[in-house]
Amino acid sequence: MYRYDEFDHTFMAERVAQFSRQVARRMSGEMTEEQFRPLRLMNGLYLQLHAYMLRVNVPYGSLSSTQLRGLAEIARKYDRNYGHFTTRQNIQYNWVKLDEMPALLGDLAKIEMHGIQSSGNCIRNTTSDQYAGASADEIEDPRVYCEIIRQWSTLHPEFSYLPRKFKIAVTGAPKDRAAVALHDIGLRLYHNAEGKTGFEVLVGGGQGRTPVIAKTIRKWLEPEDMLSYLEAIVRVYNLWGRRDNKYKARIKILVNATGIDEFRNQVDAEWDKIKDTKLQLDAEEIERIRAYFASPAYETLPDYSAELIAHGEQNSAFKAWLASNTAAHKVTGYLIVNLSLKSPKQPPGDITSEQMLATADLADHYNFGELRVNHRQNLTFTDVRQVDVYELWQKLAALDLATPNIGKVSDIIACPGLDYCALANARSIPIAERIQQRFEDIDRLHDVGELSLNISGCMNACGHHHVGNIGILGVEKKGQEYYQFTLGGSSTEDAALGDRTGPGFSTDEVVNAVDRILSTYIEQRDDVEETFLETYRRVGMAPFKEALYGAN
Amino acid sequence: MALIKDGVEAKDSFVNTSHLDTLPASGDIIVSLDQWNEQRDALLARGTQLGVTLKSDQHPDSIADDLQHFALVALEFPAFTDGRAYSYARILRDQYGFAKELRAVGDVLLEQLLYMNRVGINAFDILGDNDLEQWKVAAADYTVWYQPTNDGRKTIRDLRNS
Repeated sequence: MYRYDEFDHTFMAERVAQFSRQVARRMSGEMTEEQFRPLRLMNGLYLQLHAYMLRVNVPYGSLSSTQLRGLAEIARKYDRNYGHFTTRQNIQYNWVKLDEMPALLGDLAKIEMHGIQSSGNCIRNTTSDQYAGASADEIEDPRVYCEIIRQWSTLHPEFSYLPRKFKIAVTGAPKDRAAVALHDIGLRLYHNAEGKTGFEVLVGGGQGRTPVIAKTIRKWLEPEDMLSYLEAIVRVYNLWGRRDNKYKARIKILVNATGIDEFRNQVDAEWDKIKDTKLQLDAEEIERIRAYFASPAYETLPDYSAELIAHGEQNSAFKAWLASNTAAHKVTGYLIVNLSLKSPKQPPGDITSEQMLATADLADHYNFGELRVNHRQNLTFTDVRQVDVYELWQKLAALDLATPNIGKVSDIIACPGLDYCALANARSIPIAERIQQRFEDIDRLHDVGELSLNISGCMNACGHHHVGNIGILGVEKKGQEYYQFTLGGSSTEDAALGDRTGPGFSTDEVVNAVDRILSTYIEQRDDVEETFLETYRRVGMAPFKEALYGAN
Repeated sequence: MALIKDGVEAKDSFVNTSHLDTLPASGDIIVSLDQWNEQRDALLARGTQLGVTLKSDQHPDSIADDLQHFALVALEFPAFTDGRAYSYARILRDQYGFAKELRAVGDVLLEQLLYMNRVGINAFDILGDNDLEQWKVAAADYTVWYQPTNDGRKTIRDLRNS
């Protein structure tokens, strides 16, 4: 993985010193909260319902065990002994104190981490596929380009006061685990007919109040041109994006208003002028960064799948976990293992300091000292020897990190909701908990199969409800929380926005509504192989509507 | 009120005329884009140095053919959150080759001075003595940069390769 060199360290030290001075000016009253606000936001510090919240970037989801130990220590020292992983591969601390921020940022800098640009109208943390570098279906490692984008976007002098926030995601596999079509810019690596690597570039995707699937702006982009092309897109957006209404300020609105063809022309005109400048990446620079992401020292191992399956025949809990929480590796004898942060005992994405420390030890022992955070708010060990998998499962189960529900209905994405967030209209976490409790039965969970259920506590859609196979949106009506449902959303390579079912349900009715949707799916599916999304796409809304609201 | 130009305190010979009913008879002046478009010949006949202010919704393309007449272009920031003029500065410097003064006016945060400096803005209005001291501190906040611009500073990539 990437390691800071002396220049990255100098930059971080300067940033910590600068923010420490700003905090001191705020604490002494020299600066008002209004003046301080943009400065703290640029460092990821929000003021929430009850306290300050700090969002720390995990660049493209990649963490070392040392970093995870550092994050655990920060949770213990400055927070209430836990952290919360978000859908953008970040970690949030919910109870930090302003006067401790300089020390906290200093501790973060020691583990090469920070909260820069995790908030504000700037280029946010670049996200990627949590299986990068390991997945059997990967074409090329997207982390190389994510790191180049990370450096280019960090304190970009021209693009730090954009009309609105700006999110970039990169995937290097045909199976899209990074939701690139729901980003301001999505980059898809692929091989062309000559076997050369390049990008398909998507622009103008996003969720929030106006969900939009991104459009292809360029079918082929040479890697050497990546930064100049990104700079051209962001410049056109900075010049022409709306600034009169923050709900109309994202690039998706500009692209839709301009039309993708005209927008492409504007970007190309700008690109022509800057293509041959120092933004051009030479192959040497790409290779220099690539070296940081060299594969770990894999052993030559026999395929151990049959033995694992045999273990499963002896132990049904292991069998269920193996089926849902692991994925195929590019190297024989290895497996990708997902750690579920969706136990019914904890809010989705939450992890305690003790769990972090124990996970760091397991990463050292079984996964070359690294791990990943993924956009579904779980953790991933990308390089586990198959022979170690049974033992690892036992240890994860003891830590309550082996709920066998990855990609299942109880693997819920949820925003913090009204329990924490100043923008929320309704609670998300208690709804997630109730659904998880209802679907604790492993057989039922696995019978329902592959399904994403996403919950947002307001229309800003941080819980990705538009693109959940089942989406739940919390709204407030006459002082009561109600939950509206959408069906058929997807954030992967077949990205789609869900369709509204009809009127919402009260807090007490939500879980039964989910139950009725799932029972309808099981009645309607052709066979157990047909997923919820496939069935929905085949049969449409009618049977689900009937199950939810009756024949009339 | 002081002018910081190229990193040092400088005397400001220009009078901003945007709020004046009549132009001063002599001396260097800064006019609005409207004034320039309406009184172009009269302004050129003054024989003084001229500056023009671009509001945040006035793209530099609108003065591209006239740049040789201006000793300075003032870029207006109506709110510190309005970042359009950062791109205007780069277009003026990088694409039109404008080499004279680019001045930031309006709502500018101390913390933004370095960003502005990097995109080619080389002059700032500073309010008081206290601000002048803070400006010096803020101007030294960073010594390393990731992005190439045309400001002459070496990027981290340059430093790595040297």
